[in-house]
Amino acid sequence: MSAQFMQYLLTGLTVGAIYALVALGFSIIFNASHVINFAQGEFVMIGGMATVSLTGSGLPYMLAIPLAIVAAALVGLALEKFAVEPARGASVVTLIIITIGASIFLRGLAMVVWDKRLHALKPFTGDTPIAIAGAAILPQSLWVLGVTLAIVLALSWFFGRTLLGKAMLATSHNRLAAQLVGINVRMVLFLSFGLSAALGAVAGILIAPITLTSYDVGVMLGLKGFAAAILGGLGSGIGAVIGGLALGIAETMSAGYLSSAYKDAIAFVIILAVLFFMPSGLFGKRGGERV
Amino acid sequence: MLARLASPRTGGMLALAAVIALLPLVLSNKYFYDIAVLVGLNAIVCIGLNLLIGYAGQISLGHAGFFGLGAYGSAILASRYGWPPLAAMLATTFAVAALAFVVGRPILRLKGHYLAMATLGLGVIIFMVITTEDKFTGGPDGIAVVPFRIGGFVVQGERIWYWVVGALLLVAVWLALNLIESPAGRALRALHSSEIGAEVVGINAANHKVMVFVISAVFASVAGSLAAHYSGFVTPGKVTFLHSIELVTMVVFGGMASTFGAVVGAAVLTTLPQLLAVFEDYEMMVFGAVMMGTMIFLPRGVVPSLARLLQTRRQRASADGEEEGA
Amino acid sequence: MKSTQVRNSLKRGLAAVAATFALFTGPAVAQEPIKIGAFLAVTGPAASLGDPEQKTLELYVGKINAAGGVLGRKLQLISYDAAGDAEKARTFAKRLIEQDKVDVIVGGTSTGETMAVIPLVEAAQIPFISLAGAVVIVEPVKKWVFKTPHTDRMACEKIFIDMQSRKFSKIALISGPGGFDKSMRAECLKLNKKYGIDVIADETYGGGDTDMTAQLTKIKNTAGVQAVLNPGFGQGPAIVTKNYGQLGITIPLYQSHGVASKEFIKLAGAAAEGVRLPGAALLVADSLPASDPQRSVAVAYKNEYESHFKSDISTFGGHAYDGLMIAVEAIKKAGGTDKAKVRDAIESTRRFIGVDGTYTMSPTDHMGLDLSAFRMLEVKGGNWTLVK
Repeated sequence: MSAQFMQYLLTGLTVGAIYALVALGFSIIFNASHVINFAQGEFVMIGGMATVSLTGSGLPYMLAIPLAIVAAALVGLALEKFAVEPARGASVVTLIIITIGASIFLRGLAMVVWDKRLHALKPFTGDTPIAIAGAAILPQSLWVLGVTLAIVLALSWFFGRTLLGKAMLATSHNRLAAQLVGINVRMVLFLSFGLSAALGAVAGILIAPITLTSYDVGVMLGLKGFAAAILGGLGSGIGAVIGGLALGIAETMSAGYLSSAYKDAIAFVIILAVLFFMPSGLFGKRGGERV
Repeated sequence: MLARLASPRTGGMLALAAVIALLPLVLSNKYFYDIAVLVGLNAIVCIGLNLLIGYAGQISLGHAGFFGLGAYGSAILASRYGWPPLAAMLATTFAVAALAFVVGRPILRLKGHYLAMATLGLGVIIFMVITTEDKFTGGPDGIAVVPFRIGGFVVQGERIWYWVVGALLLVAVWLALNLIESPAGRALRALHSSEIGAEVVGINAANHKVMVFVISAVFASVAGSLAAHYSGFVTPGKVTFLHSIELVTMVVFGGMASTFGAVVGAAVLTTLPQLLAVFEDYEMMVFGAVMMGTMIFLPRGVVPSLARLLQTRRQRASADGEEEGA
Repeated sequence: MKSTQVRNSLKRGLAAVAATFALFTGPAVAQEPIKIGAFLAVTGPAASLGDPEQKTLELYVGKINAAGGVLGRKLQLISYDAAGDAEKARTFAKRLIEQDKVDVIVGGTSTGETMAVIPLVEAAQIPFISLAGAVVIVEPVKKWVFKTPHTDRMACEKIFIDMQSRKFSKIALISGPGGFDKSMRAECLKLNKKYGIDVIADETYGGGDTDMTAQLTKIKNTAGVQAVLNPGFGQGPAIVTKNYGQLGITIPLYQSHGVASKEFIKLAGAAAEGVRLPGAALLVADSLPASDPQRSVAVAYKNEYESHFKSDISTFGGHAYDGLMIAVEAIKKAGGTDKAKVRDAIESTRRFIGVDGTYTMSPTDHMGLDLSAFRMLEVKGGNWTLVK
């Protein structure tokens, strides 16, 4: 029983860590621009697929992974430059539709550049399962958890200690005030897309050895990441992480103890219930509405 | 009289009626009729959704769920239990309205992206129930649906359906336009610009939001019922969250807060994939690029942006004319 | 003022629509090629099925034309991507029938797409060869509808016979949300009693799910399970197989014909070792005995496809090959494209050797394969081998 519980917990944490990384990407862009970037899932796909194709052409992981992350970040920057920036001043819903268009475009591009098949990535350090308290997990799960932890720490250092990070944070709190104290708000917006694309790519690379990757893998992961970001509270870093982990654990626990057919539905019911009592998610800002 | 004709309400209605009446001149076979019927059904959903998004300012990423409930409700009652299709449709519509009413109040307390999430979640839950309860719904492979009949008259074939859907589309537009012009509609628009401001002047925001939510769900449900009978087959493909997003895209693409915009959005985005089929592998890329490009260059949606463009041009033209005259 | 604008813009829009439609309504050409229509799930969740089908049709239509066509006429392939969506499939089928005026339709990757199209082809009276699995497509028999793949019922039977021979009587099911999975699960649940097999655990997972260890842990902890069966295709079964290895489950795992390709072994890795499934002879073409009637057909298709596309064959491409060839044979036999004659010719297909097996159709059997078309395969040393 407890071994079973441990298995569900560890699996939930691994899946949840990926949701958390995607959710962080949503939050970073939301903070800078108040846009929900529905193309976030595509960065996850680009990370995984680019790594597959680079390693396929003979590059070692040490080179392929950084290159794939850079490629995704460049796509993120291009998205901001050519799609979000020109639409400045458009309503939030219009911007959402632009990012949806971008996600369809990127999926179509991936389909043409790469292919429509599923691909497996070699695990970073073998695939001999590790036993922890009766549960069996893959070494790759430890990579997922470890890298996610490292990223969370790095981000909190970045936003708490560096000038650029503080500038980005300031912009999210009050754009006009940030501009007045000399922060280049447009640059912040630009960089936030690059950063969040890079995060998505990392998630895509970490998870590919466990779950395979393909041109349309971003659809579901993007959706789950969005759900996690909302559950945690939009714009909150800690919220994104907790939201992601909670969603992952909720899914595996419902699959294990309740009904595997309805596990996603149960996860969404939980989210709806949380929103019912906490309309801004677990850690969201409860601001008054401007009149 | 002339002034009435020229009002956007009557004038627009007449124009739409003329389009529906004249379109068959270029619809040379059943395939074109089929596309036209699909446009009409999507347009009905979008008109309802536009009341919610465009006028009340509340987003929904779950309307495919209501469309699906309408389709499956009709399919199950009429095909499995042998109900008369009209009764099945009415009962389904009523049930969907009740559901929307019950879930509407707690959900619509949420704002912006949280509301988007909650409606998305609602849509996903409906989708999962439909795909899982295969004893009733036939699961992912779907079920066949009997033709729509009223008394002894069977509605069958693309051409008859074209006129039925065309007439219903006009009714939907008429209902929407009347609602917008009514006091309730003005209250809605007040809500859109500022909810607190609206409450201050005595508008019960929650009631109005729920009302519009129910109306939009009913539009979607009726279109779903009709679509099921028209296709003669229903699968969960049209209940996915991707379809919900597609519907919102149609509304925003055509132009928020414009009933005719919703119709144009539905028409363009329903026919586009058919036209783009020639691009084969590049179809998705082109489709995405068209969506992005349109929203970047016409951020208010096709109809309002073009109307504005025309207006400024005409003003400039008439200004030029006056100068010449003088 | 404003209404004239609306009216004008609407009028302009109408003209544009009319113009685009006119583009598609070209005049008829006197010397028409034989038109083969197809609607396939080239993108979407079933893309791993639809893609090889599309490639196979393109490849072989090109080859047939290079060899002079059929009855002196060229073949023309008109193919649309229905993306696994029944509604899209229905519209594209209408387009093939009404607009493109095709002579025969080969397509329908999934059962949902196929079933949505059946009323149309029946009404239009056009021969239709489906590439989807479920038994409902040809049972009851529909006059104009045929199919080439083995049915999911046959897959269940083949697997249960193998389980019986290994003396398994208590098994677990784990399946996904797709039509293929659900339909095969339902067929298996109808048949298990006949083979003395009890299903004592029945788990499912969602579309795009990234981990199935929770479901498998539950199965692992269910007392008495002797084997696990996982109907499905694509990502799901590969992850199930990987998780199976991860959890160190040692009882035999059965997959369906949905993952009958080399790709599955690549995706699932070492965990695929020992997995059994019912598959077409195509997968083990090279190791078939020379006396096997299917050997030459299967080897030829495999070599042709793999050398042309530089990727491994899958059974799905094989379904499309058989569908196209049966249609071409029927057109030859009918001496033209008269739809009723072609239909009759398809129905009278006798001992046609395809890559999926030997087809013998009849007025009561519009698929024409029997259980002998399935071979029980097992992964050994990273390759498919025949179970003796």
